[in-house]
Amino acid sequence: MSLLDVTGLGVRSGQGRELVSDVSFTLEAGARLGLIGESGSGKSLTALAIMGLLPTGMTASGSVVLDAPGLPRTQITGATERDLNGLRGRAVTVVFQEPLTALDPLMRVGRQLAEPLGRRHGLRGAALRRAVVAALEEVRLTEPDRIARAYPHEISGGQRQRVAIAMALACEPALLIADEPTTALDVTVQAEVLALLDGLVSARGMALLFISHDLAVISRITDHVLVLRDGRAVEAGAVRDIVNAPRHPYTRSLVDSARELDSPLDRITL
Amino acid sequence: MTAVTEADALRTPRRSRRSTTLAIGCVLVGMIVAVAVVSFFWVPYDPADTSGDRLMPPGLPHLFGTDKLGRDLLTQLMIGARIALTVGVGSVALGGLLGVAGGLAAGFATRWLDDTISALLDILIAFPTLLLAMLVVAVRQASLGSAILAIGLAMSAIVARLTRVLVKRVLSQDFITASRTSGTSWPRVVTEHVLPNIWPTLLVNLALQLGLAVLAEASLSYLGLGPPPPNASWGSMLQEAQATVLTSPVGAIAPGVLLVVLVIGVNLIADGLRDVADPTRRRTR
Ligand SMILES: Nc1ncnc2c1ncn2[C@@H]1O[C@H](COP(=O)(O)OP(=O)(O)OP(=O)(O)O)[C@@H](O)[C@H]1O
Ligand SMILES: [Mg+2]
Repeated sequence: MSLLDVTGLGVRSGQGRELVSDVSFTLEAGARLGLIGESGSGKSLTALAIMGLLPTGMTASGSVVLDAPGLPRTQITGATERDLNGLRGRAVTVVFQEPLTALDPLMRVGRQLAEPLGRRHGLRGAALRRAVVAALEEVRLTEPDRIARAYPHEISGGQRQRVAIAMALACEPALLIADEPTTALDVTVQAEVLALLDGLVSARGMALLFISHDLAVISRITDHVLVLRDGRAVEAGAVRDIVNAPRHPYTRSLVDSARELDSPLDRITL
Repeated sequence: MTAVTEADALRTPRRSRRSTTLAIGCVLVGMIVAVAVVSFFWVPYDPADTSGDRLMPPGLPHLFGTDKLGRDLLTQLMIGARIALTVGVGSVALGGLLGVAGGLAAGFATRWLDDTISALLDILIAFPTLLLAMLVVAVRQASLGSAILAIGLAMSAIVARLTRVLVKRVLSQDFITASRTSGTSWPRVVTEHVLPNIWPTLLVNLALQLGLAVLAEASLSYLGLGPPPPNASWGSMLQEAQATVLTSPVGAIAPGVLLVVLVIGVNLIADGLRDVADPTRRRTR
């Protein structure tokens, strides 16, 4: 049984506009899939639909089945809030694009990180504080004590994203969804954060759904992609095949623009 | 890295400004509170005592002079402080309680309840405070309680609308969704993230409302809708002094100045408190 099985997923806005339609894919435990598409193609909504956290007014149709080890197999569309909350964090969690807005501006970083850590591992007091520092060290943050005491605006964008990754990993989910986790960062930091994410996800054997509009970025993380356009899946397959022989004109334009912008892509066309 | 240096640059002047703001506000409000407290134990004359000469200038035995009926102005000012604070605190307590509760309900509600509350608020806000006050007075007679009721009700609509907007805005932010993706239960999201993010703004607004309530009471009294004499509020003192403002200016200036001192003091405190509550506005450690 697959960890995540999405069949004919559709998302409709409150006004009835179809924002995502008929998206299907599966993800095995420990596997990785890239979700690529331009801005507004429905990538984030697909991620939120998997979490059962669509904005109010939006409705999901089709089937999203999560089957994480040790947790009940659940049909996300139509599940109760209570069931969903049991899955969030443990079965699946998300790292968002904009690390500044994804952290509570009024809460110290350490306390925000302590929230999922304490809940997941039943820690409190000094043990919890040690776990917070350890989690910050794990995402290669130097000065973890200072960062734990800082507010989000007092640390850099790269440091914030590392904190957000630490928060997601603290849940030890079976599936991690990374929604453009490096788009808001500058290029050098981007590479570091990608490498970090890559290493930590492998080390823990998590499955990864990696969302990006950038084929070059996706190609560093995963071998398989699903191409989204206007809420529809237009192409799916191995990154190598898609780069070498894009079948859909939209995919071809993605590949071309990636070639223009990024030389690393040449590496994988060899 | 850049962000930190920028923030550092902004912080240093902030701190000194915050502490002075709070300190000055506390001194100003503290003075008025002290006067109000003393008025419970001691006032120079009976407020109804008309034995003094009329419209006396400041001096002895009437430190601030007398009004046109020969009543001691200092006595009236002291009792006025008590009334101003009672009205301010009372109506903010009433308006804040009703408003925050209604606003939270609307903010978290789904469509129809939100729509209903919003429509009610629009009507209430469109309703002039003065008309509301006249209705309340018609039902309950002019008294301190009526003034508080009218001002508090009018305030509750404004506070509710603000609260609703604040809740909606916080709820739409990524960190709420992010917190929920890690499995934080809804009540915890509300107490840990939503409320802490709205109360600094609410607090400042309530302080502003307290200042406005004191002013509103002054205008109600000015129109004869406030607490009846001989317990004069600053507003009714202003009203009584208006005919004689040229010959005996103290009767008009003194309550006006005290009103301004209280309103500014409360706002300075609110400003200082917000800086304490909001770390993005504060210098660290
Ligand atoms: N809260 C919302 N209400 C109405 N429409 C929305 C909402 N959020 C997103 N949409 C619409 O849904 C579509 C898909 O949005 P989505 O956020 O999934 O795009 P995306 O692929 O993640 O884009 P980006 O790369 O810019 O993040 C867009 O057309 C967007 O305008
Ligand atoms: Mg997006």
